[in-house]
Amino acid sequence: MPPTRLQSIGDIMHIMEGFLPSPWWEIWFFVSLPFIVIGLYQLNKLVQEKREALPLLAVAGAFVFVLSSLKLPSFNGSCSHPTGTGLGGVLFGPCIAAVLGLIVLIFQAVFLAHGGITTLGANVFSMGIAGPAVAYFIYKAGTRAGANTYATVFCAAALADLFTYVVTSVQLALAFPGTAGFLGAFSAFAAIFAVTQVPLAIIEGAVIMLVFKYIVQLKPEILTRLNLLSESTVTKLREAAA
Amino acid sequence: MKYGMELAVAALIVVFAAVFLFQDAAIQATLGDGEEAWGGADGEAAGLIEASGYEPWTGPLWAPPSGEVESLLFALQAAIGAVIIGYVFGYWRGSRRTA
Repeated sequence: MPPTRLQSIGDIMHIMEGFLPSPWWEIWFFVSLPFIVIGLYQLNKLVQEKREALPLLAVAGAFVFVLSSLKLPSFNGSCSHPTGTGLGGVLFGPCIAAVLGLIVLIFQAVFLAHGGITTLGANVFSMGIAGPAVAYFIYKAGTRAGANTYATVFCAAALADLFTYVVTSVQLALAFPGTAGFLGAFSAFAAIFAVTQVPLAIIEGAVIMLVFKYIVQLKPEILTRLNLLSESTVTKLREAAA
Repeated sequence: MKYGMELAVAALIVVFAAVFLFQDAAIQATLGDGEEAWGGADGEAAGLIEASGYEPWTGPLWAPPSGEVESLLFALQAAIGAVIIGYVFGYWRGSRRTA
């Protein structure tokens, strides 16, 4: 097996090492840096003020580890993997999710030649910040509108997964507009990713919805403590499942 | 229904697997010698970029020396995550029982 083959096996979420020319990789580092700094600050605060939420944080991080290691075959003959960062985004917001994403991306860049150190900034932005931000806002909007909690979590996680690769396509199209220009390049990249990712996004949404149900059943007091669910909603959800 | 959501998710995964099997049969029938289906979609994107004449300016410091070592590391990554999730959920369940 030639070495180039190994480098190209993998997922679409992460831009590979060396595939972002200067100045783009530096730009994405600068864009992601403030989110990581705020995320570390929020983590510190969480550890000091809401210690009981730490196991939930571990679950959110572990979930990214599991889901981003599962390369699933999609419908068009290629493979990709879900991100799992939607859960962290819903539970803790995009800044803490960015820190969780960073840990996984460093692991994959160093040990698996997935993504890369120079493209870390861009990859943290798409998987750790943009996706979880979508999940966070959909969840907030959904609960405020009084929508079904599990349906909201499903949409939040599935759309976070989809939005991650939309951002990846934007990042690649900005760096490689080619002769087609930005929009032409964007649709070319998005076309490769879209077909692969839509079924996986649905699976990811479903799995995260299930995990959320178990959190509601086992430790609902953390969810109310983090202002994610009101106590009346928790009672209603638990009664429905009983 | 108590396990309604579990059943729905399981059904979704079965549909996903079934579509994969049909699709795979269709693809294998048209595949030439030495061609391989089900590669990574990022390989396709990289192909698109390299077709424009771009050469990556740097490569990974270290890459898993074989597909087997790579799958070992991926399995390890999943195992670490699964152990943590199982531990926390088990801990919560246990403390609920005793409370």
